[in-house]
Amino acid sequence: MSSVAVSKKKGFGAVLWDYLTTVDHKKLGVMYLFAGVLFFAIAGFEALLMRIQLMVPNNDFISAGLFNELLTMHGTTMLFLAATPLLFGFMNAIVPLQIGARDVAFPFLNSLGFWLFFLGALFLHLSFFMGGAPDAGWTSYASLSLYSPGHGIDFYVLGLQISGAGTLISGINFIVTIITMRAPGMTFMRMPLFTWTTLISSSLILFAFPPLTVGLFFMLVDRMFGANFFDHTMGGNTIIWEHLFWIFGHPEVYILVLPAFGLFSEIIPVFARKRLFGYSSMVFATILIGFLGFMVWAHHMFTVGMGPTANAIFAIATMAIAVPTGMKVFNWILTIWGGSIKVTVPMIYALGFIPSFVAGGVTGVMMATAPLDYQLHDSYFIVAHFHYVIVGGIVTAIFASMHYYWPIMFNRTLNEKLGFVTFWVFFIGFHLTFFLQHFLGLMGMPRRVFTFQADQGWDLFNYISSIGAIMMAIGVVLLVINVLLSVKTPPVNRRDYWGDGRSLEWSIQLPVPFYNFKQTPLVRGFDPCWLEKQEGNKEMMTYAEPLGDIHMPNNSILPLIMSIGLFIAAFGALYHPDGVSWSVPVIVIGLGITVLAMITRSVKDDHGFHVHVEEVIATEEHLYGKGGNK
Amino acid sequence: MGHHNEVQAKSQAQYEYDRHHNAVHMKKQVVNFAIMIFLTFLAFAVVVADFSPYLIKPFILLLAGIQVVLQLYSFMHMDDKNGHHIGVISTYVWSGAMIIFPVFLAFVTIIWW
Repeated sequence: MSSVAVSKKKGFGAVLWDYLTTVDHKKLGVMYLFAGVLFFAIAGFEALLMRIQLMVPNNDFISAGLFNELLTMHGTTMLFLAATPLLFGFMNAIVPLQIGARDVAFPFLNSLGFWLFFLGALFLHLSFFMGGAPDAGWTSYASLSLYSPGHGIDFYVLGLQISGAGTLISGINFIVTIITMRAPGMTFMRMPLFTWTTLISSSLILFAFPPLTVGLFFMLVDRMFGANFFDHTMGGNTIIWEHLFWIFGHPEVYILVLPAFGLFSEIIPVFARKRLFGYSSMVFATILIGFLGFMVWAHHMFTVGMGPTANAIFAIATMAIAVPTGMKVFNWILTIWGGSIKVTVPMIYALGFIPSFVAGGVTGVMMATAPLDYQLHDSYFIVAHFHYVIVGGIVTAIFASMHYYWPIMFNRTLNEKLGFVTFWVFFIGFHLTFFLQHFLGLMGMPRRVFTFQADQGWDLFNYISSIGAIMMAIGVVLLVINVLLSVKTPPVNRRDYWGDGRSLEWSIQLPVPFYNFKQTPLVRGFDPCWLEKQEGNKEMMTYAEPLGDIHMPNNSILPLIMSIGLFIAAFGALYHPDGVSWSVPVIVIGLGITVLAMITRSVKDDHGFHVHVEEVIATEEHLYGKGGNK
Repeated sequence: MGHHNEVQAKSQAQYEYDRHHNAVHMKKQVVNFAIMIFLTFLAFAVVVADFSPYLIKPFILLLAGIQVVLQLYSFMHMDDKNGHHIGVISTYVWSGAMIIFPVFLAFVTIIWW
């Protein structure tokens, strides 16, 4: 691996092997992105089937049991296997470039995190073909899920356990990367907002995923090995699951929405062509949201019967989150205010995001009012609220960032015109689908029902809602077409694609070489790319070191092998309650493979390799033509 | 795969400094270890002495907290002022404690009182 494959076209097998073994944060970012899009499409298709079922009253398009499975898999997939990896994709691809690093702190763990996530997700989705998917909702409340027949819930527990381990590993990796790998001069208060939100949301992952792991482990031994943590007839307590789940589950929504805030905080100043308003208050608000996010989990459980004291305290704590979030919204508006605005596709998503997300936030404060929540609980109002937050906040951020960062990730561009069409189709579809669901909820339509009786005043709104869902699906298809068309666009091959880039990633000449920076940059202030441009620096970067040998990590197949081991072991655990004779051997073999791979990793010293100066110069000439990166 | 096999000769002064430093460190660790054993003994003692559960429970929880802090600072090197990123590590450990403490408090006071 020490010789760079300059100017050699690789065969299919070699490319495949490269992707299976890669530890390069840019390639892993692309893999996260495509895996995320795949699961986003699957979960979106599930949603479409549900909306077709609910289009007219007393529909029999799909059965009640299948509806429960689709509903569970839609929620689980969207949160764990679509939104998380899509955001991880951008974090992987962009954060090291923003802080001036050549890779993440633990490239091997980065790869392990991806493969654990992917095989866990694959395992969960195999449930459709192996006797039925989980059907107890994405929250999988214990009393319901303990008695769910078949293996659906077992798939949920084992799949999420594996992919959750991957997420935790990636989270720790980003914390260490951002703390230790910043370029000289990149102080904490000069970090771009996306890096800040990645740091905070990775910290939330660090503190929030262990409770989920514990909860899933309890569920695993309850269902598969006969324990009684949640069985009240045996002295257990079913409410423990709800607490454990929501101590994880509430921070989880901030884990997802904070990077989305970060992405918009990158996009808005670039296209308003104005410094981000209130940078330090943005950082402070991010930290405060992260902290408060842990203090409010019980607002999902107001109707459980915790008593008025607990309900009141959690209601107040929940409303408090509106304060830092409001700070952020005002900062975005004041960044746009007085700017010289360029409405590009990323910017129009940002402009659509602000009102949509505020609407979701306002309904959130309504539901935080505990007495009102007794009315709204388990109705379509809840469904409308969290879709406004998740689609209006996170999905728009992901779509905007795909357009915004496509040049850096692929050295290609997404079509602007098609992008605008996609935005309008998706955005109108989104509001058609979910705006009316607020009123369906207020009219009393319960959530998670597979059909409803006619003439309760719900028919028209459900019909319109389903039309909106179809429009959203068309929007996603258009985006995928845009991605496919981008293959044919000419390569960008320059710096600062948008012309108004501010943070360090825009200073890099495209395509980004595998070592990112031929010389580590020196960061002389906030928005380094903007700063250098203002001072007339054509290279848009000041260097902190002379050109020298670059130390890079070696590729490895071990992360994939470790993940496959756990994947195999999960099948053993899954069939254990059936009393089959091979279940324990399969668990032992699977865990054995993982442990052997871990031992191999520990025993074999791997110090990486050095890219020598001549190879750096050769690579630069190959990428940027004669004279290299000048 | 080359192994790192660098050998560096220590000067006499360096050797004596290291020796003294290690001795001080060792003494500190033994003392802390003795304190931890003593605290464990106290925990057993209050149970054997048959005090009221209203004393025993908070007392044992308090001891547990002290044990965790001792463990982190004396055996997991958080007392090392010159450690890499020690400030960040302390921030993370204590903010983790700050996050989990209200959760714990919420459970024992308002959720399952």
